[in-house]
Order: sequence, then structure tokens, then C-alpha cells
Amino acid sequence: MTAILQIVFDALSLGSIYALGALGIALIFGVMRLVNFAHGDYISFCVFAMLVPSTDAMSEMFLGSLPTIVLIPVILLIGAGVSVLSEIIVFRRLRDANPATMMIASFALGFILKHFLLMLFSSRPKSINLWPDLGLPVEILGARLPLLQLIAIGITIIILVALSAFLKRTRFGLEMRAAAENFTMARMLGVKANQVILIAFAISGMLAASIGLILAAQTGTSDIQMGVSVMLVAFIATVIGGLGSLAGAVVAGYLIGAASVLMQVILPLEARPFRDAFVYAAVIACLIWRPQGLFAPKSAKQRV
Amino acid sequence: MNAHRSVLARTVSTPAVLILVLLAIALIAKLSGSSPFERTVTELFIRIVLVVGLYIFIGNSGVMSFGHVGFMCLGAYGTAWLTIPPAMKKFALTGLPDFILQHQAPIALSLVLSPLLAAVFALLIGRILMRLAGIAASIATFAMLAVINTVYSNWETVTGATSSVVGIPMKTGVWLSFGGALFAVIVAYGYGISRYGLALRSARDEAIAAAASGVDIERQRLIAFVISAFVIGIAGVLYAHFLGVVNPDAFYLSLTFISLAMLVVGGMNSLSGAVIGVVAISAVIEILRTLEKGIPIGEATLAIPNGVQEIAIGIAMIVILIFRPSGLMRNRELRWSRWPFERASENK
Repeated sequence: MTAILQIVFDALSLGSIYALGALGIALIFGVMRLVNFAHGDYISFCVFAMLVPSTDAMSEMFLGSLPTIVLIPVILLIGAGVSVLSEIIVFRRLRDANPATMMIASFALGFILKHFLLMLFSSRPKSINLWPDLGLPVEILGARLPLLQLIAIGITIIILVALSAFLKRTRFGLEMRAAAENFTMARMLGVKANQVILIAFAISGMLAASIGLILAAQTGTSDIQMGVSVMLVAFIATVIGGLGSLAGAVVAGYLIGAASVLMQVILPLEARPFRDAFVYAAVIACLIWRPQGLFAPKSAKQRV
Repeated sequence: MNAHRSVLARTVSTPAVLILVLLAIALIAKLSGSSPFERTVTELFIRIVLVVGLYIFIGNSGVMSFGHVGFMCLGAYGTAWLTIPPAMKKFALTGLPDFILQHQAPIALSLVLSPLLAAVFALLIGRILMRLAGIAASIATFAMLAVINTVYSNWETVTGATSSVVGIPMKTGVWLSFGGALFAVIVAYGYGISRYGLALRSARDEAIAAAASGVDIERQRLIAFVISAFVIGIAGVLYAHFLGVVNPDAFYLSLTFISLAMLVVGGMNSLSGAVIGVVAISAVIEILRTLEKGIPIGEATLAIPNGVQEIAIGIAMIVILIFRPSGLMRNRELRWSRWPFERASENK
């Protein structure tokens, strides 16, 4: 029983990270058909912002030494800032370009961000000592779970609820959903395109920042690759969920998290290193069954 | 009149011009006699094979692919399995079948078999991926790359996991790699003017009209996918025999990025763009590498910090995308319409 509970919580916490990532990508995709490959590097950027830039092996906290109550909003703002800046500097100029062009541009932007971080911090993983108390285990129904895992799950749920309230109850949310449904039509009806897109980028950046915070606290390390691996899964989640569907992205994120954890348990020992390959293969298998994704929105249907 | 001339006669000057340019580069490298320069040129030709292979799929289908470097990985490891001397294989790669362990194939045979492995893999996985719509297909190619990378970085007994596989005969020189580039350009050109290439480009430009005219888009994309996998497999073989060492991480995101950058900067809808893009970006990379090493000016050495090279290429790519989205070549082909390609009827 406790073993099962442990698996459930592992799946939920891993799924939370993937769901947040997929949501960040799906939001941007919804408003401007951009698959943002730089998203993973926003995550890394937020993590490294907590450290003093240096190529030494020893890491020194920079923003990370701020008190929690200040640290969290600051990191969220940094995430939103990088994301909004990239829209203003790069993506705004590609508004009329086709999706493939925008995708490559975001790939290039991610590459620039990554090498900028490499220049400042070198490729060596560094330790981050963020909220060490949260690593302590707590006992729930006989299972011993790290407190942090529970907090990560809880925070994700809060973010999801808040975001869906924002999308359903506020004017900006309404505009954003309208823009996602049919961007040209929304503009004709008076939705300010730049404003909606900027807000989407800001939220997406904040989602990246919260993934960064959770990952940094969970792993205790900062690694230049950490954002990219989350992003890769998050992309897959957006495709599985049906490109353009926010709820689909979240559900698919949790599904992939659960699949990863389950495979870790079920696969025979010698096949475990290949876990990710199995997960991706399962994803590809899923696409044979439903090429348009599990929850394809009506607007994504190709009109002939 | 133009309409009376065959497609071949009208367009054959493009590969001819490209091949002459490459031949000139090869000759300059050989005549210079400088071994570092020869290595640079060899690397340039291998990149041309890779990027032309990418062009065959991306340029003709309009579908972005982030996974093609995986085919290079398959080709490179394929040739490692075939051509490493049995005495070395027995210890490093114990999981290989006995027949392969006990024999050593000549590189000529491997140049056919290893790319074939990549092509067969592409045929199998392409059946699934080509069913997806444009953007979803692009992301799924990413998943394919991740699968290949995960398997090759973990399959200890067959791929040596993340440690490098050594002992591949270092046979790739200027001429062999030039041969690869020659082959790639001819295949890309031949495919481009074939009915399959035309059908796929029509589907790229007007999917609905093409489908209505009887073009089976999925099938056409699959054909291009397999051909491009074969060509990129060759790039993998040449690369393995160039370095003598293979490592799964050499075929991951960085190489994907650089190869796409070359294709985009040159202009992804033309064969000339693919070749010119490789030459242009390679030249920029070489200049920045030299600057990173530092140039002595009097007493002091002027050097730019490490990493500027990658950042500069990223910025160049974005600038090109914004201001010249059709690339340096503006999606046109290099043409030479004078002797010996002039039209026979022109002077009448």
C-alpha cells in the first residue's frame, strides 16, 4: 500500500513539472502558433539567476540568498522578463512568418541563451542550497514522502486553478482564449494583439520560473541541461494533448509523468536506463492511434 | 522555347556549378598542402553532405525536422560496428552478433550498408511520423532524436554507452569527403527534378491543390524522408572515419542546431542555398574560432571570450530569419545559362 502511495506521489510530482512546462508552451502556441524552443532555456536562466556568475566549481548564492518571500516573486519576474523581452526583440518581428520559421528562430534564441549561461557559469553542474528544510520527509498514511514533493504538487494545483480562473473570469483571459481560437477574428473584434501576446509570454515565463524553482529545490543542483530535458517532454505533452489545447497539455503532462514513473518500476532492471526511450516510443505509438492528439481543439482542424 | 527543353537541360547547370565550386575548394585544399586546412575542408564537405541531406527532406516538404542528426548517429555507429578491427571490437563492443564481431568490412561496403541501416530505420519510423501534420511532425522528429540518443547513450555492450567508441579507421580525407558531397548534391538534384520531388514541392506550396491533383502527401514525404536519411547516414559514416571516434552526444542538439542554421542561412528551399549556407557558416565559424584562440597584435594577444562563436551564429541566424527569411540565396538556384548550357535554339 505504502509502495503504491509512493509511486502515486512520485508520478504526481514529476507530472506536475511536465504539466507546468507543457502549459507554458501551449499558451504561447495558442496565441501565436509559435512552438517556443527557448522555453527550456528560460527555466535554466531562472535557476542560474540565483547564483553569482562565475566559472568556479564552488557556487555562491546571489539572488538565492534573498529571503523566500522576496526570492519567489523576483525569480518569477525574471522569468516573465526574459520571456517578454524575447517576444519584443525577436518574435514580434516574425509575426507574419510561417510557424517553421518562428520555430527555428526560437531554437536559435534558446541556443544563444544557453551559450550565454555557459559563458558566465561554465558547463559544470553546481550545487544550489535552496530551502534545505523542505527535503525532510513527512509521514502520510504510512508512506514517508519528502515535504517538497507535496509542496510541488500543491503549488502546481494552485497555479492550475489560478490560471484557469484567470482564463475564464477575467477580461484578459477571455481575450486570450478568443485569440487562441481565431486570432484574426479576435483582432477584428477589438482584442489588442500585442497586449494579449505579451501577457501570454509573461505567464509562460512565470511558469518556466516556477519549474526552475521547484527543480532547483528538488535536485539541489543547477545544470545547464535541466531545462532542456523538461522542455523536450513538455513539447511531447503538448503534441499528445493536441496542439493548442491547454487542458490537453496539462493532462498529457501528468500522463507522461505517470508513464515515466510506472516504467521505472515495471521495467526489468537491465531495461531501466532506456526508460526515456520507452516513454518516447509510447508517445509515438499514441500518435499512431490519434495523430491529432488526445484533446485536439476544434480550431486546430485543418479547413479545406 | 523553354517549354520544349527537358527539365534536365534547363536545370542541370545548378549541380554543375555547385560541383565546380566544391571541386575548386577541394583543389585549393590539396594544393595548399596545409594539413589543418585540409581537415577544415574535409569537415566542410561532411557538413555539406549532412545539410544537403536535410534539404532533401525539409526543403522539398516544408516540414521542419529536428531529428535528422539521429540518422547521422545511426550511420556513424553502423560503420563503427562494421569497420573496427575484430581484435578491438571483441573487448569494447561485446554485445554485437558474432558474425560482425569476427569480420571487418572495408569502408566501401560500409558506405553502402551503414546508410542503408539509417534509411531502413527512417522507413519504419517515417511511416508513423509522416502521418502527423506539419508542426506535430516536427516535434515528433525531436522525440525520435531523443529515442536514438537515449538508446545509444545507454546500450553499454553495443554502443559503449556514453564513452567514445575508438579504433575506427581514419580514412576520410579531402577526396573521399568530396565524393560524399558530390553524391549528395547529385542525389538531391536528381530527386528534386524527379516526379517525386515535384509532387512533394507542390504539396509544400499548396497542400490542398496537390492532394486534389492526386498527390499522396504522406507517401511523398516518406520517400523524401528515407532518401534524406540515407544521405545523412553517409555523412555519419564519413564523420566517423574522419575523427576515428564516435560518441552519442556528438549527434545531438548542438549539431542539430548548427546544421539547421546552415540550411536556414543559405535558404532552405534551394539546393544552392544548402551548399552556400554550409560554406558561409563554416567560414564564419573558422574566423571566430581563430579569434577565440587569439590574434597576436604586437605584444598583446587579442582574443574574444569562448562561447562568442555560438552566440554570434545564433544571432546571425535570427537576423537572417527576420530580414531575409528566404536566406542568402533567396530560395533561388545558382544558374549558368551561357556555354556549354546555352540553348541551342537561342541564336536562331
